[in-house]
Amino acid sequence: MNIVLELYGLIAIGATALAITRTIPVHGLLYLVVSLLALACMFDELGAPFAAMLEIIVYAGAIIVLFVFVVMMINLGQPDQLREKGWFAGGAWIGPGVIAALLMGLLVYGTQRSTMAVGTAGTPIGPQQVGLTLYGPYILTVELSSFLLLAGLVSAYHIGRRIGGKS
Amino acid sequence: MNAADPNGALIVAVILFSLGALGVLVRRNLLFMLMSTEVMLNAACLAFIAAGNRWHLADGQVMFIMIVAFAAAESAVGLAIILRMHAAGRATLDADTGNRLGG
Repeated sequence: MNIVLELYGLIAIGATALAITRTIPVHGLLYLVVSLLALACMFDELGAPFAAMLEIIVYAGAIIVLFVFVVMMINLGQPDQLREKGWFAGGAWIGPGVIAALLMGLLVYGTQRSTMAVGTAGTPIGPQQVGLTLYGPYILTVELSSFLLLAGLVSAYHIGRRIGGKS
Repeated sequence: MNAADPNGALIVAVILFSLGALGVLVRRNLLFMLMSTEVMLNAACLAFIAAGNRWHLADGQVMFIMIVAFAAAESAVGLAIILRMHAAGRATLDADTGNRLGG
């Protein structure tokens, strides 16, 4: 039982709950960054320092910055925030809240029913071991993810190609 | 030193996944829906890392790298669609008006 891990988990849960209830996108993004940093600390605590660094560099450093760029470019106005406040006021949270709570209860029950004892939590798994596994048995997956990234690049370029030409 | 409990991490992952699902269901702002999707992917990452810690294998981190690549591609396409919608003259990011995208 490691109290530090639960502390980071509480920070991540609280920051995520704040992030999905903001009306201003930039505030939500900043809370999401806090949640990602807490998750990176959890990864490090779980013996995965390479994943923790990747979480900070790629998630908080690249993907969230992409979100921030989009928020800066689209210049959201006041009507959006008024609409969002209207959504918050109503009972729109009840049905999805019940569904999400059911999902959470079922998943907690399913994961805790099987007795998963603390295994041989020995030394952390370093980047060398991860690299050997990644380019050994998982080489086909690496190729497939390169296909996926290429497809994402081409489709993002295709979707956004006429933005510059317009206006 | 490293006596972390994978069970607690799994519970945190489940709660984070439920929060992400709640965000996708409740929010109608496209940006927040994409952010909630990222939260759900992060919860899956945390479950993989916890399982990798339990069995002391590097496969969990390999799957984490795959999920990061997938999340990057997904958010790039999603944000490109949002920018396209904005360039098409929509003043709002409400997902309920997405049927007016057009070409």
